[in-house]
This record gives sequence, C-alpha cells and structure tokens, in this order.
Amino acid sequence: MEMVPYLVAYAGLGVFIVAVVMRIVMWVRMPMHVRWELYPVAHEAKKASYGGSYLEESEWWTKPREVSLVGELKVMVPEILFLVALREHNRKLWLHSFPFHFGLYLITGSTALMVLQGILSLSSGGAEGESALGSFLFYAIMVSGGMGLILGLVGSLGLIRRRLKVPELRDFSAPADYFNLILFVGVFGFSLLAFAAFGASFFKGVTAFVANLMFLNLTPFGAGIPALSVTTSVVLMSALLAYIPMTHMSHFIGKYFAFHSIRWNDEPNLPGSDEEKTIQKALSQPVSWAAPHIGADGKKSWADLATEGSDEGETK
Amino acid sequence: MSCSCSFGDFSEGEGSIAQIKPEDQKPLPPPFDDLDEEPFFEQLSEEARNKYALLDDTIVVKIPVPATEEEEERLVNQFLSGFRKLLTAENNWTFLEPLMISLEHCAKCQTCSDACHIFEESGRHPLYRPSYRSEILRRIYFKYIKTGSTWVHGDIDLNWKTVTRLIELSYRCNLCRRCAQTCPIGVDNALLAREIRKIASQEMGIAPKELHEVGSVLQLKVGSSTGMTALVVKDNVEFIDEDTTERTGIEVETPWDKEGADILLIHNAGEIMAWPENPGAFALLFNAAGLSWTLSSDLAAYDGINYGVWYDDIQFARTALKHLEAAKRLKVKKIVVGECGHAHKAITVIADKIVTGDLNIPRESSMNILRDIVREGRIKFDKSRNDFPVTLHDPCNLVRLMGIVAPQREVIKAVVPEERFREMAPHGVDNYCCGGGSGFAIMSGLNFEHWRHRLPGRRKFRQILEAFQDEPMDIEHPKYVCAPCSNCKGQIRDIIRYYDAWETAGIYYGGLVELMVNAMEGVEPNYIDWEWR
Repeated sequence: MEMVPYLVAYAGLGVFIVAVVMRIVMWVRMPMHVRWELYPVAHEAKKASYGGSYLEESEWWTKPREVSLVGELKVMVPEILFLVALREHNRKLWLHSFPFHFGLYLITGSTALMVLQGILSLSSGGAEGESALGSFLFYAIMVSGGMGLILGLVGSLGLIRRRLKVPELRDFSAPADYFNLILFVGVFGFSLLAFAAFGASFFKGVTAFVANLMFLNLTPFGAGIPALSVTTSVVLMSALLAYIPMTHMSHFIGKYFAFHSIRWNDEPNLPGSDEEKTIQKALSQPVSWAAPHIGADGKKSWADLATEGSDEGETK
Repeated sequence: MSCSCSFGDFSEGEGSIAQIKPEDQKPLPPPFDDLDEEPFFEQLSEEARNKYALLDDTIVVKIPVPATEEEEERLVNQFLSGFRKLLTAENNWTFLEPLMISLEHCAKCQTCSDACHIFEESGRHPLYRPSYRSEILRRIYFKYIKTGSTWVHGDIDLNWKTVTRLIELSYRCNLCRRCAQTCPIGVDNALLAREIRKIASQEMGIAPKELHEVGSVLQLKVGSSTGMTALVVKDNVEFIDEDTTERTGIEVETPWDKEGADILLIHNAGEIMAWPENPGAFALLFNAAGLSWTLSSDLAAYDGINYGVWYDDIQFARTALKHLEAAKRLKVKKIVVGECGHAHKAITVIADKIVTGDLNIPRESSMNILRDIVREGRIKFDKSRNDFPVTLHDPCNLVRLMGIVAPQREVIKAVVPEERFREMAPHGVDNYCCGGGSGFAIMSGLNFEHWRHRLPGRRKFRQILEAFQDEPMDIEHPKYVCAPCSNCKGQIRDIIRYYDAWETAGIYYGGLVELMVNAMEGVEPNYIDWEWR
C-alpha cells in the first residue's frame, strides 16, 4: 500500500507525457493547409508594430524576407505569462483567469525547483539541504508553491463564480466545465490546507517525495497525518496532471499551433520550392464531395476537378 | 430584442427564433441619431416565411421547408455526411488544421463577442454572438461525429431545423475575422462559419444564388459574374477609355492581351460596370507612369472576383487557376490585382498553396504599384486639388488578412492635404468590416439588403459619421470615403443610399485611383465629379 502514492504519481506523469506527446504528434501530422494568416504577424520585423507584411514590398518575391524571432518572443512571452490578449479584450475574465494560470505556472516552477533540489542533493551526497543554496532553493519552492496554490485557488473560484453569474458564460457551459474548475479547487484547496496546517514541513515532505520519485526510491513515506497530507496532495496533483491533456484544457498545446501554424504562418510558396511537392501531393488526393457541381466520383483528384470542372461547375 | 436562442430552442419551435427591434440598437451619430427616423426595415412576406426555412428577420440562402419526413432526414444525413468529409484530409486538406483547432479548443470565454460589429450593432443579440454558431457546430461534432458525452461538451438536437438554421446563420457573418484577432487561444469563428458554408455547398449543393449560380458558376461559364463576355468587356473598356480621355484631356488606351507585358492587371469586373472611372483611372496612371501592362480577355481573367473564397474550395480553385492560366499564356512577369479586397486575398494568399510549376506566377497588390508611382515621382500630383475631407476604409481582406496597410496611406499622403485626411477609429488591422464582406455586398434577395444595412453595415456607417463629425454635415460640404475595394465600395454606396447620407450629410465615396487622378497635374480638374451614382 505504501507504494501506491508513488505508482499513482508515476502513472499521472506518464499519462500526461503520453497524452501531450500524442496531441503534439496529432497537430504536427496535420496536412498542409492553405494560408490563413491574420495580421499583425509577430515576426514581421519592422512592420509588426502596425500590422504590415512583406506583401507591402514591391516584387516581394525577389527580396529576402526578414523573420524576427525576437518579434515573436516579444509577443509570445507576455502572452503566455500574463494572458495579454485576454487582458486587452476581456478584462473582467482576466481578473480571474490570470491568477488561475499564473498559479499553475508557479506550481510548475515550484516543482521544477524541487527537481533541481533533488539533483543538487544527489551531487552533494545529501548535504545540499543544509547549504545556503539549499536553504534558498527551499524557500523559493515554498514561496512559489504557496503563492501558486493561493492564486490557483482564488482564480478557479473566481472562474466558477463568473461562469455561474454571467449569462453568456453560463449558457455555453457544460457540466464538465464546472467539474473541471471544481477539481482545481479541490486539489489546490487540499494542498493549501495542508500547507496551512503543517507549514514548511509540508513542502519539505513534497520535496522529499519528488526526490524519491526521481531516484526510484520507493520507500514508505510514513503513516502520520503530515505524511498522509503530502502523499494525498501528490496523488491529487498527479491525477489532475493526467486529466488536463484529456480535455479542452490542452489548449496550451493547440495554442502554439494556432499561432505558429495558422495565424503567423505567412511562408510564401516560391517557385521551385520543396513545398510545391507537398502541394502536388495534396492536389492528387481523391475527392468525394457529393454536390453535383463538384463533379467528384471518389477517384478524381483535386487537380482533376479544379482543371476539368464539371457540367454544373462550369469551368470550361 | 426577442429571442429564443438557447441551444435547445435552436432545434425547436416554428418560424424565426430571433427578431431585432430598432430600440435595442445604439443610435448613430448626428445627423442620423434619431432612432425613430431610421429607414424602413422591410419585413419578410408571409409567402417567404412559409416557403423557406427561417432563422431571424431575413432569409438569404433560401432553403425550402422540407415537405416530407424523407426530405427532413435527407437534410440531416447530407449535413452529417458533409461534416464527416470536412474532417478528412482528402476532402479538406485545405483547412483541416485550422478547423480542428477551432473545434477542439474553445474555452467559451466570449472574448470574441465584443469584437463583432454584427453582434454589437444588433444590440448584443445572442443569435449574432460569433461563438454561438461555432458552439452549435462544436456540439454537433462532439455528439454526432465523435459520439462524446453531452455532459462534457454540451447537448444539441440535430434535426432539419438545426441544419437549415445553422446554414442560414453561417451567412450572418462577414468572415472579417476580427473576432479571431481577439481570441486568446486562436479559435476562429469566421473560419467555422465558412466551413459550414462549405458543407452546405460542397456536399448538399446549397448556396445563395448570388454566390453560386450567378456568381462563381457564371464566371466560369461566360467569364464574369456580371455576365459580360470577353467581347462585351472589351467594348465597355473601349468606352471607358474614350470617356476617360474626354474627362482628363489625356489620351487613354487600355492594352488587351499584350504578350510579354510585365503586368497582367486584373480588375473586379464590377468596377467596369458600376464605377468605370476606376479602371479608367488605373489605365491613365499606368500609362502615365510608363508601366508595361495588359488586361486579359481570357475566360474569367478579366474579372478578378473569386466567390469561392466565401463558400466553396473547389469553385475557388477553379477560378484561381483560370486567372493564373491567363497570366501564363500571356507570359507576364506578375499579376497585379486592382481595387478588390477579396480578389487580393484569393489569388495572392489562399491560392499560394494550390499552385505549382509554371502556374506559380508572382502576384502583387496594386497598392504597391501605386505607392511606387508616388514614391518614385513618376507622376506629379497637386494635392490642393483634393481639398475636401477624406477618410480611408481598410478592406479586411487587404489589411487584416494580408497586412497591406501602409502603401495606400503613403499614396493618400501624397495626394490629399494632410489636414484634410482623418483616420477612422479603429483603423488598420483593427478596422471594422464594411458590412458587405463574404459576399453580403452582392446579396440583396428578399429583405436581406435591409438587414445588411441595419446590422453589419451600421458599424462602418457609424465610423464614417464619427470620422466627419468635425465637418458641417450637409451636401454643400462634400466628404470622400476612400474605399480601395470594389466589394466594400458597393456596400458603402448602398449604406449611404439607405440613409440618404449624400443628400443629408454630403458623404460620397470612391476608390484610391480616382483620388490620384483628381490630384494629377496636367489633367483636367474634377475627375471626381460628385455626381451620385
């Protein structure tokens, strides 16, 4: 029984990784699509400030295209950290959504620091915790973790309240939308209560548990209430971790593709490019749309239909 | 407002489920600020109400009410069949990834709502919330395609009313994508509206007559959705050349089918029919600048429109290929698109990923060419000739969807006195659609024109009035709305006429090249004649 929390934690992490990878693979393997960019495009070096594009240049195909990674980062980093689009266009929701998301980031950061603590501890033969760096790391874990739990709890409670209160949010919500938020309240609330009850020892316990996980040290974690609160908290967090990518909350993956593959994808198809081969392959696929003007029979390809037409499509 | 717009109501009840009441709408700026004096909103006839599937105060797709249960079932089955094909790479590689991201990842936060001019101008009517039709499509997707739990994704009943209302609702969106700009996740409601239109057209054979039968089909059959054959268009352009010569005092001749020219210029043929001063001005400017250019009389190549961009990928590809084949035949160096926003986006951006080999001919905006003419001083302009208030409309396709923002402003700076120009608020990539986007400007059947002016076009009209509020609002003080897009120009013309804003407030409209010729040195003055047309 003592190993159950470890096994659940491994399972949660494993499911999360597999689900995220599967999601990424799904998006990466999507077929090429036509251009559907939306301006401003962040990587337009000198034109992004007003939403301009390289298409403003005379004979743009003869000129080198300037793509600014810095420009993308200048938009992406504040967007990820501070949800700039939501702040700009939906301030009332942002007041709840921002603490919720930032709380998640802090909890993720706190966990990363626990991993770092574990690595340092291993390299120093277990003495790292007593060094100045070890103390600093622990306080950073506790502050970021504690703040993360508070913000996450406040944010998820605020989101539930808003979803119940505002008709246009309520009307669009399915029971699962409330369940998801209640799940966050439960997990964050439990951990926060444990932190309030046991203070620093709660985070010490979680840090030790994470170290045990890292080094496959599946020793019993104790049976007292403090230890039980640590293992329960980790189990709940693990279950939540596994659950997120199964839901529409996997938008943290989809958002990357929404921006990079669609909104900002202004890559031109220049004559003789490799892309032309991909296009030819796409155009050779059979079409089975049933409307008479399409003229499809399940065998004719896009290229056939676009060039030959049909009696009702009238291309000739 | 009156509405039965819960997701349950959408599949139930008789007749229309939503009505707009004028008192719910925000008054326009002076002198149109009296809601009691708003123009008449024509109501649907009883015959139309009984004959076609109803959604709201208007009808545009005109789907007949099914007469039998078999017909009802057929509508549902065809819709589901089309939806399934939409989710396959073979049938929809063109938009599969954008579609899936928008289907899977909406957080239902409603951030998109405030960005939509139709929703805002309706008095925030729930039916016109941009996420409303998306959510219906999404619920159908999860319940009937993925057979997921309604507890997770929400419930919807799919019956013939759901199908027909959803198709009508897909034509209550201008596809301007302003809502997509604000989405924190990247969900695109306009794209989903267009995908619904594709199911209707490509699988069910249902599309507004103006877009399909007398739109893309007519263009591919006779050469232009205006009905002009090559012979007629040449004749008309010859007349335009003569008229432009007479009006400007400069000999104008439009070259046709000139092999080896640098530029194949493609106009929206609507310009030739409705605004001949626009192609006339292009010819004058291109000749005066010493450009090597030509028009093509090949099938569909003298009309830059591509209505497929609004509702049908296959019709889109067919038309785009016609344009490119003409350019290939003439061995031009590039295609230049005249003042037509959707033609710009169609041939330059979307067609970019359907052409290969010798059809992959460079395409460029006429805004760049005009900017270069000004920048390089190829033509001298006297901006004092344009001594009247001017504002600029940003066509969504050209600006938000292509990033062509600065060239037209550089031209205006060169031909309009600085103190006479004023931007709309907002402008550039944050602009509002004219209200005619996605084909609305050419759709007027039954009472759709009234709905178009009272909702989608109202925000643009509001912006125009706001831009000129510091001017005396009467016909003695004419004001110019510059709209470098044929579709937008048509919509702005219609809304000015609907509100009688020329007679009442002196608001006139036109393109960019007309402003240029009006300011051109050595040309007879008053190319812009302030005659309402």
